[in-house]
Amino acid sequence: MENLNNFQLLEYAAWGISALLGLWMLIDMIRTNRAYSEDTLLSSKEGEIEDVLVIDPPHQGGHR
Amino acid sequence: MSQYTAVHGEKVSLLRVLGPGHVWALGVGIVLVGEYMGWNFAVGKGGALAALIACWAAGMLYTCVAMIDSEVTSTVAAAGGQYAQAKHIVGPLMAFNVGLFLVFAYTMLEAANAITLGYLVQTVGGMAGFADTHDKPFIVLTIMFLAFLNYRGVYATLTFNLVLTAIAFVAILILFASVRPWTDEVLKPHELLNGLPYGWLGVLAAMHFGMWYYLGIEGTTQAAEEVRSPSRALPLGTMTGIITLLIAATMTWYICVGLMPWEYLGQAVTPLFDAARLTGSMPLMILLFIGTIFSTLASANGCINDASRAWFSMGRDRYLPQVFGAVHPKYRTPFRSIVFLVPVALIFAYFAPLDQVITFSILSGLLEYTFMAFNVLMFRKMWPLGTIRRGYVHPFHPLPAVVLLILCSMTYFAVFLGYGTQLLAMMVFYIVASLWFAFHRYKFVKRGDQFSMPWPRPVGH
Repeated sequence: MENLNNFQLLEYAAWGISALLGLWMLIDMIRTNRAYSEDTLLSSKEGEIEDVLVIDPPHQGGHR
Repeated sequence: MSQYTAVHGEKVSLLRVLGPGHVWALGVGIVLVGEYMGWNFAVGKGGALAALIACWAAGMLYTCVAMIDSEVTSTVAAAGGQYAQAKHIVGPLMAFNVGLFLVFAYTMLEAANAITLGYLVQTVGGMAGFADTHDKPFIVLTIMFLAFLNYRGVYATLTFNLVLTAIAFVAILILFASVRPWTDEVLKPHELLNGLPYGWLGVLAAMHFGMWYYLGIEGTTQAAEEVRSPSRALPLGTMTGIITLLIAATMTWYICVGLMPWEYLGQAVTPLFDAARLTGSMPLMILLFIGTIFSTLASANGCINDASRAWFSMGRDRYLPQVFGAVHPKYRTPFRSIVFLVPVALIFAYFAPLDQVITFSILSGLLEYTFMAFNVLMFRKMWPLGTIRRGYVHPFHPLPAVVLLILCSMTYFAVFLGYGTQLLAMMVFYIVASLWFAFHRYKFVKRGDQFSMPWPRPVGH
């Protein structure tokens, strides 16, 4: 019975973590949608090797 | 939160941070699970020798795919891979269909991997003495965790894949060395091989599962917009990927048929893990179990990456609602596409039977390979050598395209033998989807905007 409870705990933990991850993605998506204009979010162009003006400077490919 | 403040006029795009190693990890990562499980059903269809012939025939099919893909994609530095190729070379309706093939092939494969991982965890629970264990929580956790990783950035996602895939591949190499194939102390292929029990029809039927050795290697092209040097990294990653898989597939076959009779091997769930168990070595058992779990995770991870890029590209060109063409300003990923495909994968993983899900994935892949043969013939005709800069030129054209078409036709027949109804049902699905696109969706596509590549005009236009 003790073993059964341990595995059940693992299952509940899996459900819990899944819910948290899903919730985090949803909240971040909503916040991002609100923080930026749709034009900015949809500004990517196919095959573009950008030389200028990309958000998020700390990462490679940022402002140059 | 400062990174959330965008300046007017700023643009966001996918992040170019990947190298050839990531491309290798994406391609091999999706496929290597096929070595750990699935390929062995080919043994059940036609015997061990038939599985080897299917392994090499499918290897030929995928070598053609890798060569053709490497050439075409080294000129099309765009997410969406074969979808973007089809758009530029064939036309919108073909592109729409290829986009759907890609999304379904990868989302189904992701669902199949999640089902497998759930099953493995459940089995471990059962073996550890826990009664009444469930696989569903672990299926859902797999999909949610990997979607989260993909959402947060491509570099971490594919570096994670690189580690998982390298460990899973090294595990096969260690097992191969451990069974001392240069002696007959452990492996007994001479005693266990029994010719072709179902003749050449069995060999043909085995082609259906022979594809599992390599299914997904063409996914390397989805990274085209995120690699630092597309013309170098994509051909290098793809070609080293197919070489890795050819080696891993042949080793896997040799280990397993030397240890297990074909009647058992043909229906085993985890053949490489079973081979490790038969050696009696606990470290090998642990290593191959880890390899099985890692290869399954890497496959699901790569599938999320590829399906979301294909969906994103179609959204960006308005082949689908444009909202899916958004890029996350901080993580630089197609975040809406990633989130949208989560429930799709969950529904298939939760409700659909594993063999149906995998068959749908295989059939979508097969349709894609058929397209690639025609695609490269048109590409060479419209842009002959010297008219456009290529990072790689595949040899013996048009032989690979012709061989690819012949092998695809054989595989259609093999699939028809086992899953004829599904083949027909899927054809009907794609025909209906094409009608929807041609008569409804295409009017939303901005025809000029979808071609932003600086390509020269094709010959004759």
